[in-house]
Amino acid sequence: MTTATARKFNIILLLMSALIGILATNGANAQSSRDYIYVVGSSTVYPFSTVVAERFGRSSKFRTPKVESTGSGGGLKLFCDGVGIGHPDIANASRAIKSSEVAGCAKSGVTEIVEVKIGYDGIVLANSVNAPTMSVSRRDIFLALAKQVPSGAEGELIDNPYTSWNEVNSDLPAVKIEILGPPPTSGTRDAFVELAMEGGCKTFSWIKSLKDHDKNRYKIICHTVREDGAFVEAGENDNLIVQKLVANPSAFGIFGFSFLDQNAEKVRGALVDGHSPTFDAIANGSYPVSRPLYFYVKKAHVGVIPGLREFLREFTSERAWGEEGYLSDRGLIPMPTEERMEIAASVRDLEPLTMASH
Amino acid sequence: MTDTIKSLSTHDKVLAGLGKRRRSERNFRVFGLMATAVGIIFLAVFFTTLVANGSSAFMQTFVVLEFEFSEDALAPSGQLDLEYADFDGLVRNAIRREFPEVTSRRDRRELSKIVSVGAAYHLRDLLRKDHSLLGSHIQLAVPTSSNVDMLMKDNISRTVDAAQRTLSDKQIAWVDELVASGKIHSKFNTALFTNGDSREPELAGIRGALVGSIYMLIVTIAISFPIGAAAAIYLEEFAPKNRWADLIEVNINNLAAVPSIVFGLLALAVFINWMGLPRSAPLVGGLALSLLTLPVIIIASRAAIKSVPPSIRDAALALGASRMQVVFHHVIPLALPGMLTGAIIGMSRALGESAPLLMIGMVAFIVDVPGSFTDPSTALPVQVYLWADSPERAFAERTSAAIIVLLVFLLLMNLSAVIMRKRIERKW
Repeated sequence: MTTATARKFNIILLLMSALIGILATNGANAQSSRDYIYVVGSSTVYPFSTVVAERFGRSSKFRTPKVESTGSGGGLKLFCDGVGIGHPDIANASRAIKSSEVAGCAKSGVTEIVEVKIGYDGIVLANSVNAPTMSVSRRDIFLALAKQVPSGAEGELIDNPYTSWNEVNSDLPAVKIEILGPPPTSGTRDAFVELAMEGGCKTFSWIKSLKDHDKNRYKIICHTVREDGAFVEAGENDNLIVQKLVANPSAFGIFGFSFLDQNAEKVRGALVDGHSPTFDAIANGSYPVSRPLYFYVKKAHVGVIPGLREFLREFTSERAWGEEGYLSDRGLIPMPTEERMEIAASVRDLEPLTMASH
Repeated sequence: MTDTIKSLSTHDKVLAGLGKRRRSERNFRVFGLMATAVGIIFLAVFFTTLVANGSSAFMQTFVVLEFEFSEDALAPSGQLDLEYADFDGLVRNAIRREFPEVTSRRDRRELSKIVSVGAAYHLRDLLRKDHSLLGSHIQLAVPTSSNVDMLMKDNISRTVDAAQRTLSDKQIAWVDELVASGKIHSKFNTALFTNGDSREPELAGIRGALVGSIYMLIVTIAISFPIGAAAAIYLEEFAPKNRWADLIEVNINNLAAVPSIVFGLLALAVFINWMGLPRSAPLVGGLALSLLTLPVIIIASRAAIKSVPPSIRDAALALGASRMQVVFHHVIPLALPGMLTGAIIGMSRALGESAPLLMIGMVAFIVDVPGSFTDPSTALPVQVYLWADSPERAFAERTSAAIIVLLVFLLLMNLSAVIMRKRIERKW
């Protein structure tokens, strides 16, 4: 019995080493071609990019693109690593590419990049529908969230003393300041800090004047979020924030418009500077906390990776990004018709990005 | 004081302390019972919420419609081109036929959103298989959109203001009409098990992730079991017992406690950047996970080998067997159940890991079910993560359903470990 088991064991070992061998050769051959589009980047653009990818994959003869959610910065880093089938064809970003990133791209041979702006995303400050609707200004948001706020005297900062909204602005209710938001690695957080907090921060004239001669200090004042518990980092999962808001009507949450759109019977967006975060207000630019979304295409891959040109056409088609397109059903705020036409034309011609345009 | 103690006999002393000893034993038992109860309560709460949230995902709402594969719509120029034929139009016509009174463009748009976009794909697949269907009428149950599905499952409230829900009053009225005429019914959600990922909740399935996980586990077991078993056998039976052996042992134990994300970083640097293996492939995922399970398997296998009584080895050696014959004819057959159990426990851990997979690009939207070890793929825990992060309401229940499938898979693996051990284990 024992010899039989031992022989079996030897056979198992032999089979497994054979399998390893097969795997190794399999892996070595795999990199010689790629028949699907490879997209990386922002988790904010991911829900839109994946919808286009799926429709494209199902309706065309090409395979469904692979869309990796890596964050804007991580995606652009992968994108800029080089040209070739091992590198991504498209990088999604919830912000424009930085000149340093373009330089890094150029260093590894990625010289011709086509920028495609796809639409806008609103960032909302929302609370439970069981609580009254708030109407705040960006200045209120800054004062409620900043680590240090201006004291009465010019040029002087004190640690944020405010614990309830009525201390920030006497028109606001006497509710404890409690805001749930994404961690610093998130693009949504970056955009909220830049658009809402910095927007409010700039209303102090002496801070605004700092921007010209002491940009670092200006950034530290305007971009640093308080760490005393009034702002809670609730992780990247926006669904979780919505659940917490339902359980706690006095709390506010920061997340993207698409989550507000899907959960409208649970949470409600606060008015910012008098504008409610509705589809129309974001589209026409009156709601102040909105940002453009982009993706970047490696021109060198067009014509090499099958379907890349067709994928671009699908993404920039009216049925996708138009006013009644399927992306608007998912919460993407379309650009004005004229701008869409313009961008679609430049994408068709694959006009590469020039740093002058930034 | 000393007098009283002296005057007590041993029996009295025992009696005097008995109450206290019994009390402390009782307290300990109560404490132990409470600890167990707390554990069971947590588990029960976890499972009930999971099943309560996820069980509805195994059912899906379907609507029965009559579709016409009209030649006018599909092949206007007389030539059928499956790629560009307007199957969405067929679906729109089918639902409009149910409600001829709806005429305004806006209402028709809303009406067509009752049916899943998947219906058009389904029609195309049917026609692709059988071209003779062109020109015929066919009655077919197709999935409704996830919003209608959510309404039928009472996840969308009818009572709230229409602006606050994803279905309009009109859409709800149409759905009610279809329900009244018996055209809407719910069936087992086979798509959940046969489809890959999708951004439409009603079309999304876990097959891609499941197949990806299986591929990864095959790679993991093929690499970590032979290497782990060989290392354990060598270290236990052949290696000299000296400082080096101790150092290796300490390092293996430490390796078992390294956070899994570190193995992901290692895999990214070595397998992808240096060896040039493809990103997002189960091959690389399996390699990363085998780094993770290797120490677990080595430790479990060494324990199993150590538990084989030395008398067996002595007897074999006394009868003239060589060291290797002793190991392969006597020790391994007896240690095998323990080694396999260790391997399966390691596999269960690998199955539940998602952190190392983040680093090697497996957190991705992949629709096609992987067909080989190098095709892009996700894994079950990653699918759970991606769905939990999706804005669409219907993904919440599918997240729980995916967790249930993952747990069932884990349970089956652990069960097979128990059964295998029972079957080949030898009692002393």
